[in-house]
Amino acid sequence: MSSAVTANGHDEAHHHGPPKGIGRWLFSTNHKDIGTMYLFFSLIMLLLGGAMAMLIRAELFMPGLQLLEPDLYNNLVTNHALIMVFGAVMPAGVGLANWMIPMMIGAPDMALPRLNNLSFWLLPMAAIMLVSSMIVPFFPFGGGAVNTGWTLYPPLSVQAGMGMDLVIFTVHILGISSILGSINIITTIVNMRAPDMTWFKLPIFVWAWLFTAFLLILILPVLAGGVTMLLFDRHFGTSFFDAAGGGDPVLFQHLFWFFGHPEVYVLLLPSIGVLGMIIPTFARKPLFGYKPLIFFMGFLAILGMVVWAHHQYTIGMSLNTTTYFMIGTILISIPVGLMLFNFMCTMWRGSMTFETPMLFAISIILMFSFAGVTGVMLAVVPADLQYHDTYFVVAHFHYALIPGSVLGLFAATFYWLPKWTGNMYDEKLGKIFFWWNVISFNITFFPQHFSGLAGMPRRIVDYSGQFVEFNVISSLGAFMFGVSHLLFAYIIIKTIRGGEKAPDKPWEGGQIGTPGLEWTVSSPPPFHTFETPPAVK
Amino acid sequence: MSTTKEAYYIPDPSPWPIIAALGIFTMLLGVVLWVNDITSMVMWVGLLMLSGLFYGWFGAVISESQSGKYSAKVDISFRQGMFWFIASEVFFFLTFFGCLFYLRTITLPYLGGEGQLGKSNMLWEGFTYTWPVIQLPDATNYVEPKEAMGPWGLPLINTLILLTSGATITWAHWGLQKENRQQLVKGMAMTVGLGVLFLICQAYEYSHAYAELDLQLDSGIYGSTFYMLTGFHGFHVTIGTIMLIVIMLRSMKGHFTPKHHFAFEGVAWYWHFVDVVWVALYIFVYWL
Repeated sequence: MSSAVTANGHDEAHHHGPPKGIGRWLFSTNHKDIGTMYLFFSLIMLLLGGAMAMLIRAELFMPGLQLLEPDLYNNLVTNHALIMVFGAVMPAGVGLANWMIPMMIGAPDMALPRLNNLSFWLLPMAAIMLVSSMIVPFFPFGGGAVNTGWTLYPPLSVQAGMGMDLVIFTVHILGISSILGSINIITTIVNMRAPDMTWFKLPIFVWAWLFTAFLLILILPVLAGGVTMLLFDRHFGTSFFDAAGGGDPVLFQHLFWFFGHPEVYVLLLPSIGVLGMIIPTFARKPLFGYKPLIFFMGFLAILGMVVWAHHQYTIGMSLNTTTYFMIGTILISIPVGLMLFNFMCTMWRGSMTFETPMLFAISIILMFSFAGVTGVMLAVVPADLQYHDTYFVVAHFHYALIPGSVLGLFAATFYWLPKWTGNMYDEKLGKIFFWWNVISFNITFFPQHFSGLAGMPRRIVDYSGQFVEFNVISSLGAFMFGVSHLLFAYIIIKTIRGGEKAPDKPWEGGQIGTPGLEWTVSSPPPFHTFETPPAVK
Repeated sequence: MSTTKEAYYIPDPSPWPIIAALGIFTMLLGVVLWVNDITSMVMWVGLLMLSGLFYGWFGAVISESQSGKYSAKVDISFRQGMFWFIASEVFFFLTFFGCLFYLRTITLPYLGGEGQLGKSNMLWEGFTYTWPVIQLPDATNYVEPKEAMGPWGLPLINTLILLTSGATITWAHWGLQKENRQQLVKGMAMTVGLGVLFLICQAYEYSHAYAELDLQLDSGIYGSTFYMLTGFHGFHVTIGTIMLIVIMLRSMKGHFTPKHHFAFEGVAWYWHFVDVVWVALYIFVYWL
């Protein structure tokens, strides 16, 4: 502790603060500034993707066509997914990694600071390109809208207009950004740890990101290859996805889901890491089973790469193949369930308090387990043949991805905001946000299980009259859920602008569990931290 | 560990990353406009931006390196970064090899009527599967190739060229380690020469395939996989050759010391990676 304080004194003596003006952000090589840009970018994308979801729910409020043309509706569904996955959740995870990993492991910055800035600035470029893909269909040269859903399956994606080319290159830019970011994160974790920060002293969040980054490096090139083949099929006469020339549209599905399934764990693992930091803090008890939790995350990452075809049970695979994918998928519930037990055992007989991050953490355990249960249902082949492409699937993955990753990111924001800004957030508003958010989330997505089981198909603008009640409830919940995020944005801005000063260790239990060195620096931390390696106690 | 107390070099704010992002954006937007027959200008502007960028950014890195700002720890970061970059490239190529494998073992036998699901041969009756696929299930939109590219002749020569270039770059590395500058430069020049020779042979092979064999991008799945795999490999050889030229010029200027030559090793790794991909290509695309 005392050594770290002297390290800070040393830093401030030798170093000036942040550069002035807009150049600070455009040309930044500072992990904290880049992390902040990542987080703001993802907040903006969250609101943009959320606005699209509001339009979708408004259309589905009643059967029949009210607001949107079918093509535009499908375009919104596509872009809602792409923006939320690639624009909101992934950048937020990288933003947290940028801010926290160097401070946790006692590194002066990310290993390759300029590359880090490139990873960030590619994102706004990709966002511009994705938004233009929505706009070009309104021009005469633009062709049809991208109406495939985020999975971009051929042959529909081969037939779509110019917007599809823009989506393909959006995916390429995002892929470059994530691969470069992951290279940076792995290199930082492996090479930049303070001398005594050994592997099994690393905070669990750092471990979670190590596995995430490995996954990204392995899966994103596959998606890049797949969409490249799509581009060639569209414009250069190849026949990868056309059976008439000896190709196979199903091949694209395999490529997409070889990326797409591990992608779910890319979204999930950072939040699992966040839970591993938050729960010990507020239970005031060390993390139960630190090494096993690392093992479970690794097991999950490996298993996640070999079960992709459970998204495609209906394509006509052989019985042996579907059986293999079914068993593999059900096996995934073992490491995931064990992780949740890690967290529950950490809370067992702890001296718990329920600040906003902890409330989110507990609600995540409850609701993510629920997604796990519906996930096992969907993994079973004969059952899935019924549930496939219904709202049951929509309900399942929103329960998986909102509690499993988005709420984890909210929890992380509340947990680390005092460290980032030097101010405490308004606990009362935080709690209001939590209850508002979680209750309206359940009102939105819980009824979709029922409409799905009753047979309501997904990605279709209209529906049969029998599903009206469920959809009305769902839409009302969605509007409440959507508006709650404005409160979230307000809380963040209010905290940045001022508030009760946060101490260097804002949480009483912050030193319990597996913290790194993040609590040894001041709140907010100086512009440069750990320029000479600190001592780890 | 003596290096741990040294300060790690954190570069000052730099304009290059955001220029790189803009360059990539411009070039890819240009490709969209080009493939949709609107204009190819934007693509060239983007390419120009990127070339300028690489010149500027790498130039900055080289001068930082020459002024001794990079400690041993920075060197390790570069090495690990390069290693994981090549790992991602490996997976990019594995995608195409995986597709080839999937199409040859699952899709095409089905189309030819094999197995439980393909029993009826119902889509295109009478289509029989042979590899390479010369007769297509339905050639309405495609040009059927006259024959496939055999493994002997030019492809075999290309294999020998690349394998030799792997040896010459290692010989150059020995020269660097022995501080024999002449051997280093000679080795690099030979490697560059072999790389260029490979590209010339490849271009000749493509023109032969297009003109005489009717083997084109739109020749069905054989042409598609053939050009995708060899084309992306050829693209990587081109990039690799440019990097080798830079390393050769730097060697001639007296850069690199026996202990401090990450750039040389990074390029050598990349070149060996390109080599290994070619061997896999030779076996799975030309031969089997």
